Amino acid sequence: MGKVIRFKLNGRPVSIYVEDNELLLNVLREKLGVISPKYGCGIGECGACTVLIDGEPVLSCLTLAIEVDGKEVTTAEGLAKDSELDIVQRAFIEEGAIQCGYCIPGFILMAKKLLEDNPDPDEDYIREYIRGNLCRCTGYVNIVRAIKRAAEELKFHVSRVKQTQ
Amino acid sequence: MTGEKFVKPIKPKVDINKVNTHIIPFEFEYFEPRTIKEAIELLTKYGSEAKILAGGTDLIVRMKQRFIEPKYVINIKKIKELCFIEDRGDYLAIGAATKLREIEKSGIVKRKFTALYEAVRSMAGVQIRNMATIGGNLCNASPAADTAPPLLVFEAKLKIVGPDGERIVPINEFFLGPGKTVLQPNELLAEIQIPYQPENTGSAFIKIARVAMDLAKVNVAVALRAEDGIIKWVKIALGAVAPTPIRAYRTEEFLVGKEFNEENLKKAAEVVKTEVKPITDIRSTAEYRREVSGVIVKDALLKAYERVYKG
Repeated sequence: MGKVIRFKLNGRPVSIYVEDNELLLNVLREKLGVISPKYGCGIGECGACTVLIDGEPVLSCLTLAIEVDGKEVTTAEGLAKDSELDIVQRAFIEEGAIQCGYCIPGFILMAKKLLEDNPDPDEDYIREYIRGNLCRCTGYVNIVRAIKRAAEELKFHVSRVKQTQ
Repeated sequence: MTGEKFVKPIKPKVDINKVNTHIIPFEFEYFEPRTIKEAIELLTKYGSEAKILAGGTDLIVRMKQRFIEPKYVINIKKIKELCFIEDRGDYLAIGAATKLREIEKSGIVKRKFTALYEAVRSMAGVQIRNMATIGGNLCNASPAADTAPPLLVFEAKLKIVGPDGERIVPINEFFLGPGKTVLQPNELLAEIQIPYQPENTGSAFIKIARVAMDLAKVNVAVALRAEDGIIKWVKIALGAVAPTPIRAYRTEEFLVGKEFNEENLKKAAEVVKTEVKPITDIRSTAEYRREVSGVIVKDALLKAYERVYKG
């Protein structure tokens, strides 16, 4: 049957016709041109297709597109403000946490949510939090370091904002 | 000569190179009921041709692989009466469509039902726990379902709703076999009721899996009460060692009234090994599962015992 769904994608309202059996990942990539979420395993083991729905990380390859009607979807494309990258994105670049890059959009969204949940994470917390994301270049050491760096910079940023107020 | 024993290579059921997991390769009709009543009406109308979609982390995967091809998919995530964690005095009620992530974040679950908290924390990753529901974990009836052993030791009750009203089923009567439960095609699991335990109860959950994201080779939950070093009451449940999650009744019986010491724990581990009926599959072998059952039951007993005193 299908229907027209309306939702917010990276802050912008979208309305689009989807079939009952279409998956969110495919609609994002093929119909809306949002290609940061990746197809990895298709069965919920790799985290490459991670998106935030109403702020919570979920797997877009196991979510029916029709379910996001009325919700808010965020992908890595939605993190940069104007032309400035998010602190998390910068930290990944600075720490060289990106090798082939395929898994990185998923990791970046997880890092974003992780720092929201816990602004001062230790290594165990980080590794536990990102265990649903696979990096086949096995660049985990740098990824963990990038998340720690983002946490530090976020703290610095917050304290600076407080000082100037 | 006794003849050489060859270990037969175990073939996974699905050849991963031959299934398409990009799309759901067939059509179905999608419904989004807002109340339990609406959901039951749809189930009554479509019966076994319909499948309930909760988290989707199992259902969608199986649909992609064409293990199942429902004509109708009924999404119950938008039914508010199925999503809650509520203190009801004697017991804690958890709505069947409550996400695992919400259960793990609930302070009352962590404090009062530590084994359930540990089980949920051990499951998959954050994204999956944001999607998967406790009801889905139970209704899939996987012998390895991680929420089953803790609910078995706490002797949870399940509220099932159907067209003729509701019924309560104790969790030890819920599972019938792999993928099979007492649920009729027109019934819905609505809530899980977990009785509060007395203050001096300690509980623990332990799972053996290859890596953190994997399904269990064996999992175990234990709840126990002790006084002056004597075990007064104990419940033990295991998963992935039989067609359904099981209680280890004989081991429990053996332990009650005994002193909590190394010798008795060792004996209990031996009893457990006679109670489990594991099989060999892609995740592990029967021999390993049997052996390790004894080990983790002992470990879980130790952990639970510590918590009797330390809370």
